[in-house]
Amino acid sequence: MVKTENERRRSSIWFRFHIDVPLMLGILTLMLLSVLVVYSAGGQDIDMAIRQMFRLGIGLCVLMVVAQISPFFYQKWAPHIFVIGVGLLIAVLLFGDMGKGAQRWLNLGVTKFQPSEVMKLSLPMMMAWFLSKYTLPPSNKHTFISFCIIALPTLLIAKQPDLGTSLLVASSGFFVLFLAGLRFRILFGLIALFAAFLPILWFYLMHSYQKQRVLTFLNPESDPLGSGYHIIQSKIAIGSGGLEGKGWLQGTQSQLEFLPERHTDFIFSVFSEEFGFVGVLLLLAVYAFVIIRGTIIAIRAQEGFTKLLAGSLILTFFVYLFVNIGMVSGLMPVVGVPLPLVSYGGTSIVTLMASFGILMAIATNKRLLAT
Amino acid sequence: MRRNSYHIQDHSAESNLFARRAIISLIGVGSLLLLIIANLFYLQISSYKTYQTRSNDNRIKVQPIPPNRGVIKDINGKLLAGNEPTFSLDLVPEQITDMDETLTEIGKIIEISDEQIKVFKRAIKYRRRFKGMPLKSKLSDKEVAMFSVHQHRFPGVSIEARLARHYPFGEYFTHGVGYVGKINKKDLQRLEDTDQIKNYAATRSIGKLGIERYYENQLHGITGSQEVEVNHRSRILRQLSVTPPVSGTDLHLSIDVELQIKAKEILGENKGAIIAMDPRDGALLTFYSNPTYDPNLFVNGISQVEYSKIIGSKDKPMLNRVTQGQYPPASTIKPQLALLALDKGLITKHTTIRDPGYWHIPNVEGQRRFRDWKPGGHGHVDVLLSIKQSCDIFYYDLAYRLGIDNISEFGSKFGFGDYTGVDIFEESKAIMPSREWKKSRFKQPWYKGDTISIGIGQGYWTATPVQLAMSTAALVNRGKVVEPRLVTGMTKNGVYQETPTRHRAPIDIKDKKHWDTVLDAMYETVNASDGTARTAFVDAVYSSAGKTGTAQLFSLAEDEEYEVENVAERYRDNAMYVGFAPFEAPSIVIVVAVENAGGGSANAAPIARKMLDLYFGLGLSGKRNLTTTAPTVDVNDG
Repeated sequence: MVKTENERRRSSIWFRFHIDVPLMLGILTLMLLSVLVVYSAGGQDIDMAIRQMFRLGIGLCVLMVVAQISPFFYQKWAPHIFVIGVGLLIAVLLFGDMGKGAQRWLNLGVTKFQPSEVMKLSLPMMMAWFLSKYTLPPSNKHTFISFCIIALPTLLIAKQPDLGTSLLVASSGFFVLFLAGLRFRILFGLIALFAAFLPILWFYLMHSYQKQRVLTFLNPESDPLGSGYHIIQSKIAIGSGGLEGKGWLQGTQSQLEFLPERHTDFIFSVFSEEFGFVGVLLLLAVYAFVIIRGTIIAIRAQEGFTKLLAGSLILTFFVYLFVNIGMVSGLMPVVGVPLPLVSYGGTSIVTLMASFGILMAIATNKRLLAT
Repeated sequence: MRRNSYHIQDHSAESNLFARRAIISLIGVGSLLLLIIANLFYLQISSYKTYQTRSNDNRIKVQPIPPNRGVIKDINGKLLAGNEPTFSLDLVPEQITDMDETLTEIGKIIEISDEQIKVFKRAIKYRRRFKGMPLKSKLSDKEVAMFSVHQHRFPGVSIEARLARHYPFGEYFTHGVGYVGKINKKDLQRLEDTDQIKNYAATRSIGKLGIERYYENQLHGITGSQEVEVNHRSRILRQLSVTPPVSGTDLHLSIDVELQIKAKEILGENKGAIIAMDPRDGALLTFYSNPTYDPNLFVNGISQVEYSKIIGSKDKPMLNRVTQGQYPPASTIKPQLALLALDKGLITKHTTIRDPGYWHIPNVEGQRRFRDWKPGGHGHVDVLLSIKQSCDIFYYDLAYRLGIDNISEFGSKFGFGDYTGVDIFEESKAIMPSREWKKSRFKQPWYKGDTISIGIGQGYWTATPVQLAMSTAALVNRGKVVEPRLVTGMTKNGVYQETPTRHRAPIDIKDKKHWDTVLDAMYETVNASDGTARTAFVDAVYSSAGKTGTAQLFSLAEDEEYEVENVAERYRDNAMYVGFAPFEAPSIVIVVAVENAGGGSANAAPIARKMLDLYFGLGLSGKRNLTTTAPTVDVNDG
């Protein structure tokens, strides 16, 4: 009996363990690069590289575990998780620990915990659950309710204040709405409204340090040793990499520590300095591959909920990428967003790997439809 | 069931809608990726040169390397000013957040006196804040070790090894060699004005006095530089390239350490000056001013206490008595006046006058009487006797007849009343009085009476010992005027070169025999049984000539007697002596000035004798065999 391609895939060992091989290869490639660049950016500190490997390993475990859970489990529990998530965000504002001038952490006694990370997954689930209940595209009423759902956690996180995460959370919710067929009329109307809202945001809602970041972004050379220092040194690192780069471990901006936050938010600058324009193109190609693969998974998904969730997760992944590179190369103001899967740091890797786990679950959990 | 079918019915429509939206999203993603790539292309390819330069500017710093200062040596090559390696504790004010706290903490590790803190705090006010400033110099090995252990606790504080100026003979050479001190704001301004500031980028000391100051440009050398790679804390990681500094020029003096030490020993507690000069080329052989002080105190910044001690002393040790001590030349200038009178034809070698012991302006009744030092006078006096016995009446008469204009003009030719050109900046012109001088100084005309005491080197006339040395040399050289100089040779890049002898316009005397007349008289002063310097030079193994002088600092009324016991020390006579040897072919001119010591023949001539004894005893007379090829320059001093 000749098996169809789908049947062959389904019978493979990877499929049985809910692993999407192309996506997994893309992720592993990024992880390998992460270890190499973290080692270089950390001043060739082997312990730091090992810690990063350990974290990536934990991330892989999380991915494996999450991939085994049926997406319909999330569909069933999405509202509950969302309500709990919002509750935790309120708890953070009331009882949270201060860290770096912002209230982001909830101390659970044993471990610290950042509820806003949960919301990165919970909000798209909630939105996908809500919108997939009704016919798409959503009605005006449902669109309005959707915006309320997005606004609630976004404002709570922005209040912490954590502009980067609130941006990511808001966009993850928005992507669901967009993929669900948000009318372009409404979309453009919103963009116009946002533009009108900007002055209010500037004068009444933004913190002075956030305003400073925007001003610095507009003209970093106005304060080269103060607020402009990060972005100037980052651009010097990227620019001095040239076509082929200075070579691995040879970047002077990073090795001589002129570049701040080298192994975390500014790791892309280290990569650019050491591997040049050619290296950057290859890195972006890997990211593009992961995004395209994720989009294919979303398109192939059979249910409204899984389509919307998968699409939102992969687009949010791109937002990480775009905001981070845009920030370090001077296209955007400085917003604390790591380079996904490459930057050194625990929480973001776990969240990202969990979202890839969900993507893999979606890719490999297909209800057998009547044929 | 109904709902389910509705759902299924819409499924393909929803799938199409989603697929469209997903494709739109991918197009959006693609466009934004292209935007990123375009920006990276701009940074890494289009602006590569700019950012490469800025990256290098970050990590590559050019550091100046100070040159080694040229050393100063005596005639035998003994080091008078050298460079000694020392360790100092440097603080960079800009890098220190809490200065008082840091000073207190350092004080717990190595001993820092309140005085050092005071000096340091005063110094940093006048320095650039990013430059290191020593808090404590000359650290002991133990202190270096103690601090090194705690180094990490003190950002902006470091132990620096450098060469510091050192004067092995210290106070013996202070007034001649001078000293270096820390560069202050005034020095910086001057360096900026003369466009030398770059060359001093790594230099901490600059010549403040004497030769160190006069020859600063030669001694300093050329600052080198090194390119180093630094990290973001400006810590040096490695050297990339280096342009070595060029050491300063070494200076050679003709001064002999032994003579210098002897001079200090002889003068002892007396204030005064001893200067010896080779009349052939103006090379100074001794240059000593007493009292003196230790120049090493100034190198690393002198403490307030020490400074007050020096500046507050009533003996004025900072005064360079050799070049700034303005003494009445007294009888030491009688040979020059005799020469002038001979040249003008006022007297001949055989002219005699009668000396009754006093003199007054002729044909005017009731005039003040000018007295001779010898009560009752010398009887009949000719020019020879007038010099060897230092007869005052003879010169009252000559001065009266010569008039101030002649004397002033002639004196100027010998170098009186002007800088001698000796190679240090601390020099006084003293006073060669003239009508113009008196008018501008006192707004009064010159009176005839003013001229009389000029005849015996008193009145308004003052001279510095270095002027006396120069004028005596001019006499010895029979009119060839040679300027005195301390530095007689320089070694630059390993090549020794003599510095030129500086000649002035010669003094023209119509009858050359007149030179012999006065020089012979000076020989008689030392060698004749009735010469005023005879006692001092009894049994000398060399032939010498000279002239004594005793300068009154205190005018006696006509009927008063000078009683040593009745006169306060600071009004007692100055003892003066000028001399030269050997008489036949002079190689040394010596000038001795001793303040408030009494008569010249008893108090200055014996000092000259001791100095000359040592000079000949050491064999120095044969040492300076001047070659005929020695360079000379003519100075047009007008």
